[in-house]
Amino acid sequence: MARFLVLLWMVLSLPASAVAQDANAPIQKLLQEHGEIIAKSSRKTIGPAIDALGDSSLPKAPEVLQKWQDKELWFIKESGLFVYTEKVDGKTERMIDIATGEPIGEIAKRDLKQLKPNSGIRGMIGAALVKFQLRDPSRTTRLRALNAISRDAEETHLSALRDVMGDESDPEISAQMARLERLLTIEFGETEDERIAAIQHFEGDLGVDVRAALNPLVSVRVEAAEAAPEGEDVVRVLSPGSEDLSREDAYDILVRAELAKPRISRDDKRAALIANISDGEVAGIQVASLNSEDARDLAYAALAEQGTVDPVATEAEVDETLGGFVFFERYTGAPPAVALAAASVLNGIETKVALNQTADLALDAVSLASIYFLAAIGLAITFGVMGVINMAHGEFIMMGAYTGFVVQQFVPDHTLSIIIAIPLAFAVTFGAGVTMERLVIRHLYHRPLETLLATFGISIALQQIAKNIFGTQARPLTAPGWLDGSLVFNDIVSISYIRIAIFVLALLFLALFLFVMNRTRLGLEVRAVTQNPRMAASMGINPDKINMLTFGFGSGIAGIAGVAIGLYAKVTSEMGADYIVQAFMTVVVGGVGNIWGTLLGASLVGTLQKYIEFLNPSNTLAAQTYMILFIILFIQFRPRGIIALKGRAAEA
Amino acid sequence: MANVTAFGKHPARHAKGLSMSRKILATTAVGLALASAPAMAQDCPIKVGVLHSLSGTMAISETTLKDTMEMLVEQQNEKGGVLGCELEAVVVDPASDWPLFAEKARELLTVHEVDVIFGNWTSVSRKSVLPVIEELNGLLFYPVQYEGEESSKNVFYTGAAPNQQAIPATDYFLEELEVEKFALLGTDYVYPRTTNNILESYLQQKGIAAEDIFVNYTPFGHSDWSKIVADVVALGADGKKVGVISTINGDANVGFYKELAAAGISADDIPVVAFSVGEEELAGLDTSNLVGHLAAWNYFQSAESDANEAWVAAWKERMGEERVTNDPMEAHYIGFNMWVNAATEAGTTDVDAVREAMYGQEFPNLTGGTAVMLPNHHLAKPVLIGEIQEDGQFDIISQTEEVPGDAWTDYLPESAVLMSDWQEKGCGMFNTETNTCVQIKSNY
Amino acid sequence: MSELSAGAIRRKPLVVQYPSLLIFLGCLALFTVAVTVLSEGFGIGVISTSFVKTLGKTLCLCLVALAMDLVWGYCGILSLGHMAFFGIGGYAIGMWLMYARTELIVIESLANQALPPTAQEISDGIATQIFGVVGASEFPPIWAFSHSLTLQLLAVILVPGLLALVFGWLAFRSRVTGVYLSILTQAMTLALSLYLFQNDSGLRGNNGLSGLQNLPGLGDVPQSVVSVWFLWASALALGLGYLACVAIVSGKFGSVIRAIRDDEARVRFLGYPVEAYKLFIFTFTAILAGIAGALYYPQAGIINPAEIAPIASIYLAVWVAIGGRGRLYGAVIGAAFVSLLSTWFTGGQAPDVNLGFYTIEWVNWWTVLLGLSFVAVTLFAPKGIGGLFDLITAKRSPDRHGADLGPDAGALREKEAET
Repeated sequence: MARFLVLLWMVLSLPASAVAQDANAPIQKLLQEHGEIIAKSSRKTIGPAIDALGDSSLPKAPEVLQKWQDKELWFIKESGLFVYTEKVDGKTERMIDIATGEPIGEIAKRDLKQLKPNSGIRGMIGAALVKFQLRDPSRTTRLRALNAISRDAEETHLSALRDVMGDESDPEISAQMARLERLLTIEFGETEDERIAAIQHFEGDLGVDVRAALNPLVSVRVEAAEAAPEGEDVVRVLSPGSEDLSREDAYDILVRAELAKPRISRDDKRAALIANISDGEVAGIQVASLNSEDARDLAYAALAEQGTVDPVATEAEVDETLGGFVFFERYTGAPPAVALAAASVLNGIETKVALNQTADLALDAVSLASIYFLAAIGLAITFGVMGVINMAHGEFIMMGAYTGFVVQQFVPDHTLSIIIAIPLAFAVTFGAGVTMERLVIRHLYHRPLETLLATFGISIALQQIAKNIFGTQARPLTAPGWLDGSLVFNDIVSISYIRIAIFVLALLFLALFLFVMNRTRLGLEVRAVTQNPRMAASMGINPDKINMLTFGFGSGIAGIAGVAIGLYAKVTSEMGADYIVQAFMTVVVGGVGNIWGTLLGASLVGTLQKYIEFLNPSNTLAAQTYMILFIILFIQFRPRGIIALKGRAAEA
Repeated sequence: MANVTAFGKHPARHAKGLSMSRKILATTAVGLALASAPAMAQDCPIKVGVLHSLSGTMAISETTLKDTMEMLVEQQNEKGGVLGCELEAVVVDPASDWPLFAEKARELLTVHEVDVIFGNWTSVSRKSVLPVIEELNGLLFYPVQYEGEESSKNVFYTGAAPNQQAIPATDYFLEELEVEKFALLGTDYVYPRTTNNILESYLQQKGIAAEDIFVNYTPFGHSDWSKIVADVVALGADGKKVGVISTINGDANVGFYKELAAAGISADDIPVVAFSVGEEELAGLDTSNLVGHLAAWNYFQSAESDANEAWVAAWKERMGEERVTNDPMEAHYIGFNMWVNAATEAGTTDVDAVREAMYGQEFPNLTGGTAVMLPNHHLAKPVLIGEIQEDGQFDIISQTEEVPGDAWTDYLPESAVLMSDWQEKGCGMFNTETNTCVQIKSNY
Repeated sequence: MSELSAGAIRRKPLVVQYPSLLIFLGCLALFTVAVTVLSEGFGIGVISTSFVKTLGKTLCLCLVALAMDLVWGYCGILSLGHMAFFGIGGYAIGMWLMYARTELIVIESLANQALPPTAQEISDGIATQIFGVVGASEFPPIWAFSHSLTLQLLAVILVPGLLALVFGWLAFRSRVTGVYLSILTQAMTLALSLYLFQNDSGLRGNNGLSGLQNLPGLGDVPQSVVSVWFLWASALALGLGYLACVAIVSGKFGSVIRAIRDDEARVRFLGYPVEAYKLFIFTFTAILAGIAGALYYPQAGIINPAEIAPIASIYLAVWVAIGGRGRLYGAVIGAAFVSLLSTWFTGGQAPDVNLGFYTIEWVNWWTVLLGLSFVAVTLFAPKGIGGLFDLITAKRSPDRHGADLGPDAGALREKEAET
């Protein structure tokens, strides 16, 4: 019934709206002319429509383009007329005439279709809008125009840019314009000198955009000729069979240029033989005997002798043909002078790029090391100092991260929620650690292997409980806005703020650990209890209490680490398991019982992993595998880690 | 959480009264062809096996599908069941343990004697189940997009084959976004490996040079993405537009997109199209920095159709307002309804009869068109490309006509000559060059 | 003290010294016969084929648990790497199974072609079939021996054995002991599973090897029969393995390894080459695990790197702990009990418990129960289920009035009091 009413209402309202709409306004007519391709909305065909709007000099054209780009342009399915809309409710939209900006009635949403230009078309619209926007009073709009130019540069943009450059008052935009002008000159400059000057302007510049502009200029093509050619555009001569040009490729070039006869592939040869089977024989050879490549070669040669198939080039012939030609590279991207200038500037840039890439890799390594350190520092206390194997350490990290998630459910402000989450995570995991120590670990201090088993049991139980409570889905833990983005040194070296925050947090923990262990009474007592509990007890220290507090402290730090790790990666019930083995490795490699060892261990593991990733960029898994293999070997030769405790402490 | 064991505790109630008229109806509908009258022999209740992991790593994705199946079975029972019988969902938990999939499949078929199985997510679990299903002549509906290169007599693939997801998305990159340089990033397992293999070959046929294709594989749940993202940015240095095709699976996406956002990579500069990121995955993310990046599927929750509205409403009512629907759910929706119709048409749940009746089955999909079951056991479905929005939903910016699923890709030389046709040729791996059936059983 | 007693005991026959041996072998034989009679393949069909497979696999798990007990319960090395050796055995046999099965298919399909196939074409065909799913079509070098059953069977023994030998030699030589050794073996397991996860390893990456239940050339034999064959083979292997383990732990050798467990340094001072003893046990148990794996995976049907993940090895330790360390039948009982119980709970057969405000569904809570039961066993019943047998035979540990059980950490020493 309701549906019928809506239908009725639609039938009644449609004609009314059609009357109100000015179908003959020039802008609407222009759009209607291209209505079909606009509705089709494909980058390949949309060009004429955008050009027509851009060149139309209709006052409404920029606005229409802008709205179209912002996905605010709709059309009425029945009449094909274009309108803007405002939402009335979930099912109804109010139409607004594109020519007058006046509302012209309401319509059911299902009778409208929204134009959804894809990002390719949006880029083209942006490029067409540039000339309207460069002088726009709004700073954002001008920046938007510059952005559009840098994405989809056109030749006309160069002159447009040069026109407005002098009048720009905003220094930032002005600088950006100047840079864009130089970049566009490289591509579209009229004279070679002008282009070369622009190229040399960027000497030593690390921007990706510069390399993006220069690299196409130095593109080459391999060609062959009977004699070595003269000319500036010849880059170098290649010899077939060398690293840069294999024999096969060289010969293929000749075949493609029809300078040599083709060779035949195994499959083609096989097909040719099959085509010539008669009475169970091919050229007098039994088919049944053709079960090796050699036999097939013979049969094919016999066929060629009969003239039924074309003869193919043998290896010797290939060599002979190759010997008769010279192969060389030729610049194809630009006139030789421009290409040479670009090549020399690029050369200088590449060296700097390599240096900066190393720096970036080092930053990544430091960042990874700080994450490992953060994951391991709690263990450095419970395992390193107390000697307790806590396989549930990873689950404490997980608990911390989930604490963060829960806090964010109640405190929507991200900064505030993180400030609350950090101490709360410490409190929660401190409590969990103390409980675990009292209930389980206390009874197993002299049976480390069994501690391993019992804590493992706790680990899988906690994991499953987390799954039952929070579900198996990854949960969001969102960093505050001021941690979004990256610290950018240049286009190559950059690091995200969240990683910097983790690095700082790791340093803070290191300081906290050193302070607590070396400067407080608790630290003194902890060291006393771990070295000789009976002696410590006779000095009036309560070993039970100290053990409990130390374990809680280590667990609490794991909780805070969990918040940090959750911010940069993900929060799932299995996140702890991802870090536990690496964390143990870090502590063992570094040397048990020494925080500096843990720091060194984390640095070693992080750097090594990044270095292997660099050597084999297409397979990250391999990096992890070889890193662990390295650690295993390392421990074989330095079983006590990088910094080994000596003397009595080692026996404790 | 819903009951794990079974639905329909009183199967006998319906069987007597209702069933006679329905059976007559069904039999007349099909005609007299099925003279063996298997309908009369139909055991009630009809059991529907649900083989999705409820624990372990894959539970994240598969639990949703178990709930979907339970909802579909319930809805069907409200409509009066199938062939006059109530349906009973038999749910087992293979616990993300691949060998256990084979064991549980055998248990479903021999102990519970189910008539059909809906299940599996990962390719490896499907490969584990295949020998069992083929040996015991079972029937499996597999709802997830996969790498193709397979067509088993006993499996209906209701998810997308590469030509229904990966190839159209790549075309979109090539034609609409004019991407000239590709980064194929994937998790290191079968689906990304095979898909990227196909795409590499496809791109080279489209004139993209081999050195303009960067491939990287990361482990499951990878979280340290800074270097890989930096590598992708560096690809732009030779002035070609870079696009990322992501087959990164599951949790690893969270870290990847966070790093992408931190590096300030806008979708206008380096667009990312993902094949494994749907509404469920985005629920774990703050999407405000990802607006404009893409995903390719056969279904998005934001699809505008009446059927979809009803479907989403029913799902939210059952599971809670914050829950979302996704592509594999739609695949189960289509697959289950097709199976119901095929069984009704055949008048029996006998596997071979149902299989014959499946060919050419049509059912309206949730995005407005009609899905058709092809003789190669794949569906014809439209391909949708959506842009990520702030609210974690997708804005559908491109929707193709129905694309018929292709079991053997045309873009790898060794499988280009193969085709699958179970209806006419009775073969899932038919060599069109030699006109012979390579093998009846599948590779596993 | 075990030195003296061991000499005296040696003259007694094995069976007399270990009455449990006869009981165990008897039970195993009875079990095998019973399952055969009840099976679908050879008997009256009460037990489904899938359950026969489960039982067969459980026997293999018992065998690897036996190995774990020997290395941990008797020698004190908590190895978290034995499931890796188990997996290697599975991979070794799986390579042959896949190759041989695919070869038959390929030869059959190539036979229809116009030209007889070349050796290269056959090999390419097999490679495409096997590696097509991971986007490759060439045989990696690691498959060099996969055409030969004999060589791959040798690999089942040699690869885990050699790996254990080299790893053990390195580790024991540098005196890595206790929890460090545990972590190190765990790292080895992790490295191996990560390596296998890679596609470049040539073993089909994450997919692993599948379809192993189909024996090449025996396609006509139904699985109901094959499953019973494997049950027999597994039972035989378990019986022989038990015998071998009893032989090792009963004599002077057994006393030495127990002594190493209790106090390694003292044994070394007494002049025994501790490293050699440990290395022998480590390698022997690795081989045992490899054999168990080679029997297990053809029954499971698929092997992949997830099987080798470190957690599997920890579970193995837990089975032994629950069953009772330091007694061989304890390990067998633990493995059988926990793995069958696990099957029952995750199979959805266990009834839900309704607490009124919350319904406990065992599919979701079984892991929690399992985890907490480790804790309970380590805290309250260090002897595990095997300890129940002590009640029957009224054997009791000496009352030490609450003092430590021994000088070193982590080991049980109830054997001390036996003689």
